[in-house]
Order: sequence, then C-alpha cells, then structure tokens
Amino acid sequence: MSEIVEELPTYPMSRGRCPFDPPPELDRLQDTEPLSRVKLWDGSTPWMVTRYDHSRQLLADPRISSDPRNDGFPFSNAAQSQNRGQFKAFIVRDDPEHAAQRRLVTADFMIKRVEAMRPRIQEITDGLIDDILAGPKPVDLVETLALPLPSLVICELLGVPYADRSLFHRLGKTLLRRDNTPEQSRAASEELRAYLRDLVNRLDAEPDDALLSRLIVQQLRTGQMGIEDIVDMALLLLIAGHETTANMIALGTVALLEHPDQLAGLRDTDDPKVVANAVEELLRYLTIVHNGRRRVALDDIEIGGQLIRKGDGVIVATEIANRDAEAFPDPDKLDIHRVARHHVAFGYGVHQCLGQPLARVELQVVYSTLYRRIPTLALAVPLDEVPFKHDMAIYGVHALPVTW
Amino acid sequence: MKVVLDQDRCIGSGQCVLSSPEVFDQRDDDGIAVLLAEQPPADAEEGAREAARICPALAITVAE
Repeated sequence: MSEIVEELPTYPMSRGRCPFDPPPELDRLQDTEPLSRVKLWDGSTPWMVTRYDHSRQLLADPRISSDPRNDGFPFSNAAQSQNRGQFKAFIVRDDPEHAAQRRLVTADFMIKRVEAMRPRIQEITDGLIDDILAGPKPVDLVETLALPLPSLVICELLGVPYADRSLFHRLGKTLLRRDNTPEQSRAASEELRAYLRDLVNRLDAEPDDALLSRLIVQQLRTGQMGIEDIVDMALLLLIAGHETTANMIALGTVALLEHPDQLAGLRDTDDPKVVANAVEELLRYLTIVHNGRRRVALDDIEIGGQLIRKGDGVIVATEIANRDAEAFPDPDKLDIHRVARHHVAFGYGVHQCLGQPLARVELQVVYSTLYRRIPTLALAVPLDEVPFKHDMAIYGVHALPVTW
Repeated sequence: MKVVLDQDRCIGSGQCVLSSPEVFDQRDDDGIAVLLAEQPPADAEEGAREAARICPALAITVAE
C-alpha cells in the first residue's frame, strides 16, 4: 500500500504555463481517472473529483459533510487541521444547523436587495476610476479598484467601518495563505475576532441599520445567538465578501487584456445581458476557488463505478469541473458569448455561495465600466512578471500594474 | 409543464429568479424562493427548465 501511496499525485498541484488554466495534472486525471486518489500534505489520500457531473452529484449529496470535526476531513494544511472546530459559521456546518444560520442572512443577499444596491455600486466604481484617471500611471489596479470596491460594499452592507480596512485586509490574507502555520493562523484569527468582538459591542450600544446591527438586535439581544456566533458570522461575511470579488476583478482584467477580442466584445456592448453572460463565463473560466471544495463522506456512496466509503475525504476540484468538455464544449477557450450559467464556480449544493448575487452585480458593474472609461487600459509589465496567487486559497494576482 | 418548488430545501441562491423571473421570485423577509406560476406560459418554459437544472439545492422539479 505504501508504494501505491507514493505514486499518487500530490494536491494541490502546480499550474502549467498558462496562468489561467488549472494544473495540467488535474486535466489528465479528468481524462483518465475522474474519480481517483491524491496525496495531501499530511499523507492522507482523499478522493479527487474532477468531472462536472460527479462534482455536482457529490456536492449536492446530503451524505457529504462540510464539517471539519468529522473524522477523515481532508484539511488544506496543518493550520486548518489544528484549528478545527474553533470557527463555527455555517460554511463549516451541515444542515439543519447550516440552514438555520444561513437563513438569518439570505434576505440581505437576495436579488432584489442587491439590485437596489446597483446604483451605489456604480457610484463607488465611477469614483474609484475617477481617482485612477486623475492620478499618476502606471498604477496598481488591485490597490486602486479591485480591492477597494468590494471592501467598501461589504463594509456598508455589514456596518463595518471602512477606515479599518488595512487591519482586515492584512489578517484576511494571512488566513487565506495555503502555507500558513497553525500559529500564524491562530494569531490572525484571534486578532480579527478581537476586532470584531469590539465592533459588535460598540454596535450593541449604538446599533445602525446595517446587517450586523440587525443580527445583534434580533439574535444577540434575544439570546438566540451568542457574541462569538455573531463574530464568526461577521468574520465569514467580511472576508468572503471582499477577497473573492477582488480577485475576480483583477484576474478577470488580466484574462481580458490577454484576450483582446473578448475584451472588445465586452467594451462595445450596451446590452446588460451580454455583460451578465460575460461575467458567468469569466467566473467559469477562472474559477478562483482553486483549493478544492473539501468534504467528507458520512456514509458509503457509489458513484461512477467507485465506492466512496464512510469516512473518506473528498475533494471536488471545481476549477477543473468547469473545464469539462461534456458540460462546456471547447472548455479551455474564453468565450464571453457561450452558455456558461451552469458553472460551479460558486460551488454547488446547499453550500453554494451566499453572496453570489452581490458578486454578480459588482462584476457586471466593473466589467461594463472600467474598459469603456479606460479603453486603452494595458498591462504595465510583461504577463510573466504579474505576481499570480499560487500561494493563496483564492487565486488571483497580488498586484496588477496597469497603464493607459 | 408543471413546476414544483420545495421551499424547505431552498437556500435563497436566487438562481431561479435569474433564470426565470416570470416563474420565480424571492420572499422579502428571508430570500426563500416563491413560485409565481405553477404552469408557466410556453415562452417561460425553457427558463423554468434552466432553473430546475441549476438550482444548487435541488429544490425545483419540472414535470413535462
């Protein structure tokens, strides 16, 4: 058995020459062994799921758990493993606990509410682009647009002071490192939780109309949630609410600049449906959550001629599922006009991204505004000097020097 | 065509509203999907099928 384990591919894998394509090894597994085993940092050997249909089937299966307290859970690193159980938000819980907690905040992210925010999102975007055009060039698009836009939006939605952004940007980055140590992770988590605990106490004394205050009034004051539960929820919404979209804005821009015909198609349209379609295709093509969706089987599951046993770890690599030719013909081609809405970039099953309507509107606004207002936008460095986020759980770029 | 929605399974992703706004809406107080047309008009049928296909919580079924 040990010889067999030695031969298994290790996960995560390195990307190949194209920075937008998933690792070639995942592509090979999808073609040859769509349900196979991989080796993790700790020597464990969870299942690797690479096909689109298998991915959807397993992520929607109630016998598959997202709770890292279950034996066999495939941890990303020692930090995730050692600090298991400390973080208690719905992303790491199963139903019915997951549903009960998630339903407290679903209304805030529903289509109608988010559409009502569109004018404000447009206003923020235009203001940031005004500042870019008024300033020197080249400029880092991550610092000036990709990160500030979703940060401002999630701060306003939650009721977190935007002035504190350097603190939660720094700590969020540490928590999302693929190689952080248990100590680094714990320290960052504790610092962020202390900040949020203090914020919750301040809002409890003087609530506003935003989401956190409503949770405090409706859940904390009535004793239905404790302060630590509110802090965990705030931490999840704050970090997930800006890190993901920020990376989609910056990485999407790199991808479009490298595909000028696709960029032109987006720049030259007035049709919001074309823009919305382009956003879905960029979500599919880039699939920035590139650390696998981590799960563990709670029961024996037969799938694709294999038997996943109770207690087996399962990693669903949605970045390669979104490149499955069975679901997306000519999958490695970026085509903003293709049908792509069935992608699994936001995951699938009951854990599918809560903030997806908000992410969609933010991306639609940015992609339909930036390239029209700065039509000559261009990379200020060669592509191979752009620092891609191979070291982070969410893919993107650390910085994006652009000029015009 | 007959559309069935299981609100207990719904996670409020809103994917059905994007696919087929003639057939689905979301409840104001909790974002859970509501069915506007159990038997959609012919021009809304494809949208309803897409909603059933992409619903992440498998909360929508369509009988032809």
